[in-house]
Amino acid sequence: MILNKLKDRVNGNKPLTERGKWVNLSFTFGIDNDDYLISIKNGKITQIQKRDLATESGIFAIRAAKSTWKEHWRCIPKRDFHDIWSMLPKQLITLDGNLLPLIQNLQFFKDLIASLRNGKD
Amino acid sequence: MPNFEPIVGRYFTIYVDGQPCRIYVEEAGDGIPLVCLHTAGSDARQYRHLLCDETITKNFRVIAFDMPWHGKSNPPPGFRDNEYQLTTELYKETVMTFCHAYDLVNPVIMGCSMGGRLTLHLALEQAEYFRSVIALEGADKLEPYYDLSWLHRPDVHGGEVCAAFVSAQIAPQSPDEYRWETLWHYMQGGPGIFKGDLYFYWHDGDFDDRSPRINTKNCPVYLLSGEYDSSCTPERTIDTAERITGAKTTIMEGMGHFPMSENPELFKKFIYPVLEEIRGA
Repeated sequence: MILNKLKDRVNGNKPLTERGKWVNLSFTFGIDNDDYLISIKNGKITQIQKRDLATESGIFAIRAAKSTWKEHWRCIPKRDFHDIWSMLPKQLITLDGNLLPLIQNLQFFKDLIASLRNGKD
Repeated sequence: MPNFEPIVGRYFTIYVDGQPCRIYVEEAGDGIPLVCLHTAGSDARQYRHLLCDETITKNFRVIAFDMPWHGKSNPPPGFRDNEYQLTTELYKETVMTFCHAYDLVNPVIMGCSMGGRLTLHLALEQAEYFRSVIALEGADKLEPYYDLSWLHRPDVHGGEVCAAFVSAQIAPQSPDEYRWETLWHYMQGGPGIFKGDLYFYWHDGDFDDRSPRINTKNCPVYLLSGEYDSSCTPERTIDTAERITGAKTTIMEGMGHFPMSENPELFKKFIYPVLEEIRGA
């Protein structure tokens, strides 16, 4: 699963988890039609699970096509794919739910998602 | 003695909209005046590399100032009771008052982002005064893509959110040192200032209905935009150029929205030929 490495990459990045130490929530991360719930405690990922029930929900959701995420995670992504906030004007991602905790910790969540970026293509 | 940079910083007061504004300005070099306008929500520190570049300063007197409310320039007295909102008229008045106070003769003006947009207004309305204009990341029209109210509210840290929003505008190839220096300026902006600037950039300053009236024979126009700029995109820059007969366009590969501060070495490759052409004209 494409997110398998995310937990180790994030939790092994001490400066990142330190910046996110106030973050305690679960958010929904969408890849194509599949949703995953990513749970965070004190900036560290505690669990990533596929969302099987509609009643399981994150406080906000970030969704994009698999091909979009794959481009985002390239070492040097193409323009528009290089940052979730550059994907917004091109409508490459959707945001839903309560965006307040996302905006309050925006760089943390950008860096968390970009943790799957490859060191080389 | 320390190894001082060639930049000299000074303060003076101008009157804008009837209000005294204490302005901070930095300059270096001799020759053709080159006035530099910073981006929305930042300040003139963005131009420090140009100010220290002897290739430029041996022929140009580079002058970069902080707009009122920005950097080390003060907001006008009584600011606490007024919401900051940069209008087209206020912006034009500020820049022209600054230039006249400085007694500049036939300067070049270069601005980035909102500053780039303003140079297009000036190319039309002040064509006899300016030798030429350089719009970095400066299209004549843009489309908003997020809600500005996020930028100024008590439950979101203003500095952090401004930096996080604009970090998307920096090219992934740009050196980390300069990426974070560029973002640091955003982290230091006053409350609501980036939001107030974006009122001009996204709403009041649209210019696509008038840009076709610019006469580039009177005032040459140079448009330079970064490949990775997701607001003033290459496409919007090219659209702008198509509306301005004679405008010269450069799309800067591997560059984002802040060429002079996010990747100063790469920027040289693009700005040197423009400045040489202006000098030789």
